[in-house]
Amino acid sequence: MSYDYAKYLRKGKLPHIWCAGCSYGIVLKSLIRAIDSLQWDKNDVAIVSGIGCASRLPGYVDFNTLHTTHGRSIAFATGLKLANPKLNVLAMGGDGDMTAIGGNHFIHACRRNLDITIFVFNNNIYGMTGAQYSPTTPKGAWATTSPYGMAENNFNITDLAIGAGATYVARTTAYHVAHCEKTMKEAFLHKGTSVVEIINSCPTGFGRKNKFKTPASMLMWMKDNAVNIEKAKNMSPEELAGKFIIGVLHKVERPEYLETYDATVGLKK
Amino acid sequence: MAKAEKIEIIEKWCKGCEICVEFCPTGAIEMRDFKVAIKDLEKCTACMQCELRCPDFAIIVYKKEKE
Amino acid sequence: MAKKVEFMMGNHAVAEGALYAGCRFFGGYPITPSTEVAERMAERLPQVGGRFIQMEDEIAAMASVIGASIGGVKALTATSGPGLSLKQENLGYAMLCEIPVVAVDVMRGGPSTGMPTGPSQSDIMCAKWGTHGDHPVIAVTPASVQEQFEETVRAFNLAEKYRCPVIVLTDAIIGQMMEQIEIPEPGELEVIERPKPTCKPEEYLPFDLDKDFVPLAAFGSGYRYHITGLHHNSDGFPTNDPVLHTKNTKRLIERINKNYDDIVKVEEFMIDDAEVLVFAIGVTARSAKHAVVEARNAGIKAGLIRPLTIWPFPEKHLDKILSKNKIKGIVVPEMNLGQMTLEVQRVARGRCEVEGLYSLMLDPILPAEILEKIRRFV
Repeated sequence: MSYDYAKYLRKGKLPHIWCAGCSYGIVLKSLIRAIDSLQWDKNDVAIVSGIGCASRLPGYVDFNTLHTTHGRSIAFATGLKLANPKLNVLAMGGDGDMTAIGGNHFIHACRRNLDITIFVFNNNIYGMTGAQYSPTTPKGAWATTSPYGMAENNFNITDLAIGAGATYVARTTAYHVAHCEKTMKEAFLHKGTSVVEIINSCPTGFGRKNKFKTPASMLMWMKDNAVNIEKAKNMSPEELAGKFIIGVLHKVERPEYLETYDATVGLKK
Repeated sequence: MAKAEKIEIIEKWCKGCEICVEFCPTGAIEMRDFKVAIKDLEKCTACMQCELRCPDFAIIVYKKEKE
Repeated sequence: MAKKVEFMMGNHAVAEGALYAGCRFFGGYPITPSTEVAERMAERLPQVGGRFIQMEDEIAAMASVIGASIGGVKALTATSGPGLSLKQENLGYAMLCEIPVVAVDVMRGGPSTGMPTGPSQSDIMCAKWGTHGDHPVIAVTPASVQEQFEETVRAFNLAEKYRCPVIVLTDAIIGQMMEQIEIPEPGELEVIERPKPTCKPEEYLPFDLDKDFVPLAAFGSGYRYHITGLHHNSDGFPTNDPVLHTKNTKRLIERINKNYDDIVKVEEFMIDDAEVLVFAIGVTARSAKHAVVEARNAGIKAGLIRPLTIWPFPEKHLDKILSKNKIKGIVVPEMNLGQMTLEVQRVARGRCEVEGLYSLMLDPILPAEILEKIRRFV
């Protein structure tokens, strides 16, 4: 075997609830490998999620896991990190959870620059409730609540994070498994709020009705349309039309919130 | 060429999404009754694509020890 | 040694009480008339090794204190009016997930933005039923600056003892007024620390459905487990089993109900021979006490029941008095349109007349108004 996931899985909870061909399981594997490569003590890792398909991830891994209310994972994670700064805290959820109902927490976490990691599993749809459009559903796409095609503009999650002040912002995909692992690891190691958008696929809710015949074809779409940021630098806007960029999109050093707070208030330890 | 000693399939976890079969470059595995099954172990090059991309933790490829 | 006496604002006394109880985290959001709790905590927490954060909204504030409590730190939030509505989903989360936290609600006139600076007692039912589903609630009701301090300490103790959120249900008058307070010495008031699990981590069942109480392990303490707002089994993992759903819901409610004697605190004033009762909380109870004294001076056998715990409702206390005394009537003055009166009527079960005295006028109900109602029963 190339990698033994068993050390980190709550095996009794498998099979997971995700549909056949849902890419979340693939990303979960990248996540496990990323954490394993950091050699973190499992007791020092907390994964906090909101509501939705992606947010069911923490239940399958043997860390301190907290499945909170819809959109609120970052707010719970903020309190947890301030109470116990030695924890490595990951807040994660889907595109709807993080950028619709949880949008306010998302931008303010980026602004604050607390040392937590945020993963947004973007599959362009509300999967669990049955394929309603989300803030990232492409214009014109079918969803049960956009049966005539999506009429709203959509969010670019990484632009949103950069605009709000996140100090590490990257994009990867479920197809690029090694890149995904590497990006997650970098995000974990970054001091400050790091955001990783992970392009995912929902074959049941999105693909089936948007001209993707199979789960594999959705992964191949990622392969065909993702352009690494280094390569993109030498491409014209015409060449980049319809493509999306993966890689580290933004990385700056700024004082981390907790250190700044403790120093500013002269915290008596 | 490194080949597989064994391909372990955890059938109760496999949801039959076919990602593994579509990514297999040699046709070593196939779908049978909506689950992945070994078609021809000899064809397996132990490239690990199926294991790496299986969303269900349902395939484990054991490489042959190098001689 | 002389006691340390201060002249203090009610909202500040809540903050000081929280610190006395060992609270070391506050997550809040500014809202009148509760903001002074946050301001005091922002200043004081760092001095005792705690952290304060002003979150981006009321929902986040509630979420952050639950997160902090899961991290092993006693945590407080404070709010008013619309903020209580916004906190409800996560209050329900804390109830189902058995996370000890304390939330202060400084009542102002509602609904909606309502009367931001206007005192009120109209969140009594919202405190009980604001979050959806069947659930237990503890809410304490201080009536003085001294009690703001002491009842906040008690709220933290109850939260830890019963692994649940506790609401300090106070009002804009008690919260905003300045009054003399004797600061308790360390050790003078009981402070309950959170027990730690003693079992092996692999044997830890954080929500053991067959036990009344299991210590809550802090994240990072070596007990790795799962918390979810879905109905869950003893190990914390989701279940759709209606039998377990029923069992756990009843277990959580029963945990509070069967500890009624420990949780419910009531001041009974001149009730031994009382024929007319006044039932009041918070600032209204101060007027009610005056009215009872004046009634006694006028030869009327009046008495006061003043709950310091409004949820669970002090029905055993009320029931006992109604069984013992020949009560002609109960006056229920409250700064709303009859929320508490409904509960008193339920417990009275027709054994005597119950008459509400309601006001939305933002000023306290006057003793004379209460006295007038008392007189109607004699």
